[in-house]
Amino acid sequence: MTATARAPLAAPAAESPRQHGRLRRTARGAGPPLAVLAAVVGVWYAVTYLALAPRRRFLLPPPHEVVTDGFGDWTTFHETLRGLGATAKVALVGLAIAAALGMIFAVLMSQAGWVERSFYPWAVALQTIPILAIVPLIGFWLGYGFWSRTVVCVLVALFPIITNTLFGLQSTDAQQHDLFTLRQAGRWARLVHLEFPSALPAVFTGLRISAGLSVIGAIVGDFFFRQGQPGIGSLIDDYTQRLQSAPLFAAIMVSSLFGLALFWLFGLAARIAVGAWDTPRRRS
Amino acid sequence: MSPTARLRGRKGETVPLAPGIALAFDDVGKTFSDGTDALRGVSLTVADGEFVTVVGPSGSGKSTLLRIASGLTEPSSGTVAVGPKAPGYVFQDPTLLPWRTVEGNVGLFAQLDRVPKKRRRELVAAAISLTELEGFERHRPTALSGGMRMRVSLARALTVRPSLFLFDEPFGAVDEITRQRLGEEVQRLHARERFAGVFVTHSVVEAVWLASRVVVLSARPGRVLAQVDVPFAYPRPADLRFDAAFGDVARTVSAALQESFT
Repeated sequence: MTATARAPLAAPAAESPRQHGRLRRTARGAGPPLAVLAAVVGVWYAVTYLALAPRRRFLLPPPHEVVTDGFGDWTTFHETLRGLGATAKVALVGLAIAAALGMIFAVLMSQAGWVERSFYPWAVALQTIPILAIVPLIGFWLGYGFWSRTVVCVLVALFPIITNTLFGLQSTDAQQHDLFTLRQAGRWARLVHLEFPSALPAVFTGLRISAGLSVIGAIVGDFFFRQGQPGIGSLIDDYTQRLQSAPLFAAIMVSSLFGLALFWLFGLAARIAVGAWDTPRRRS
Repeated sequence: MSPTARLRGRKGETVPLAPGIALAFDDVGKTFSDGTDALRGVSLTVADGEFVTVVGPSGSGKSTLLRIASGLTEPSSGTVAVGPKAPGYVFQDPTLLPWRTVEGNVGLFAQLDRVPKKRRRELVAAAISLTELEGFERHRPTALSGGMRMRVSLARALTVRPSLFLFDEPFGAVDEITRQRLGEEVQRLHARERFAGVFVTHSVVEAVWLASRVVVLSARPGRVLAQVDVPFAYPRPADLRFDAAFGDVARTVSAALQESFT
C-alpha cells in the first residue's frame, strides 16, 4: 500500500481503527458459518439425547464423545492419521500426474485441431464412465496397492484439468493474437508468451476442482485396494464394520478437513500466481 | 483472390515500393467471406514521413484498410505495396498483456524478435522515456488509467522503430483532455521519429489537427471520397484548432464527410 499524504500525521492513531476494521471484517466473514456450526452441533446433541434410545445411541455418539474417543484416544487417532497420510500421498501423486497429463493433453489439443477432434470425445467418455464400475478391473490388472489407487485418482481428476486448460488456451483474446501475428511470432512463442499465461486463471480453476476430486478418488481407491498401509477409506470401512462410531466420525472429519485444506491451498496458489493481474478489469 | 493481389504476407515477401513511398494501395477491394463488402477500389499513397488521417462513417472499412496495410488481412483485389519492416500498429484497445508489467509489455516485440537482452533493455528504456512513462515500469496494466495504457501501447510499437505507423482510432475511449494530450504526444513522436503515419479517427478536429492530409472514406463499401490537404506547418500549437483558417479546413472535411453519409 502506498502512503497517502496525510499518513504521517494520522499514522499512530490510524493504526488501531484499521486493525479494528480488519477484525470486524474477519468476524463478519467467519461469524455466520460458525453460527451454522453451532446450530449443527446443537441439533446433533438433540438427536443423540432426545431422538435416539440409549440402546441405539451408537448410531450417533454425542460430539464430545467423538472428540474424546475419536481424537483423544491416541492409538486410534494415530491409526487414523497414518491412514490419512497414506491416502494423502495417493491423492497428491494422483493429482500431480493428472495435472501434468491434463495440461499436456490440453496443449496438444489447442495446437492441433486433429488431436482435439480425435481425443476430446474420449475425454468426455472417460468422464461419463462410472468409475466404480471399472475400479475392480484396475485392481485385476495392476494389483491392489498404491498404484491402483493412484490410477483411480488420476482417472477421476483428469477431466476438469483438460477442459479448463483447453478452455483457457482457446479463449485468448483475438487482438492479442494479432499482435503476435504482426511480429510473425512462432507457435512456441505464442504458446509461452500469450496462450499459456492467459490460460493460467482457468488452469487454476481446474486444479482446484481436481484437488477435491483427487481426495474422493483416493478414498474410493482405499475401499477397494487394501494392500499395504491401509488408507483412511479402508479405516472408515473397518470402523463401520466394527460399529466404532466415534473413530468413524473422526476419520470422516479428518478426511473432509484434508480435502478442504487442499482446496484452500490451490486457492492461495492461484492468488499468488495470477491474483496480481486477474481482476475483473482484466481486459486492459 | 485476384492474381494481382500481393502483399507482404506472413512469409515476408514484399512488393517493391517506389522510393520515398511508405505505403501504396492500388485499386484495393475487400469482400469478407460472409459477403460483407468492406472496401472497393481504394487507391491511396502515403509518402515517407507523411502523416495521413482517415475519417469516414462507421463501418466504412477504416479498420480493414489498416489491417490490410499491416498484412493481418489479405485484400480480395488490387495491389498493396509496403516496406519490408512490419509496421507499428496501435489498436483501438491498448491490447496489453495483463500479466506483464509496463516494462514487460513495452519489451514484448523486441523479445519476440529475439533482440539480445542488453539491446532490448535500451530500446525499452528509450521508448518509456519517449512516452513519459518513467516511474511506472513495474506497474501492471490494471493499475494504470486508460490514457496511460494507451501510452504503453504506443511505447511498445515504438520499440520496433517502424517506418510506417498505423493508428486505429486509438484515443476513442479516453476523455477529451487526455485525447488532446495523446494527440500532441503522437505529433511530437512523429516529428522526432519521422515515421509515415496513417491515423484513423472519428473526430474531424483530431483528423485535421494531426494530418498533412485527410482522407475521407464513403459509407460501406469504403471508397476514397475526398483527400483534403492541411497546409499548417508542424509543430502545431494546441490552440491552432480555434483558428479561423483551421476552421475552414475542418469545414471542408466535414462537408465531404456529410456527403459520405448520403
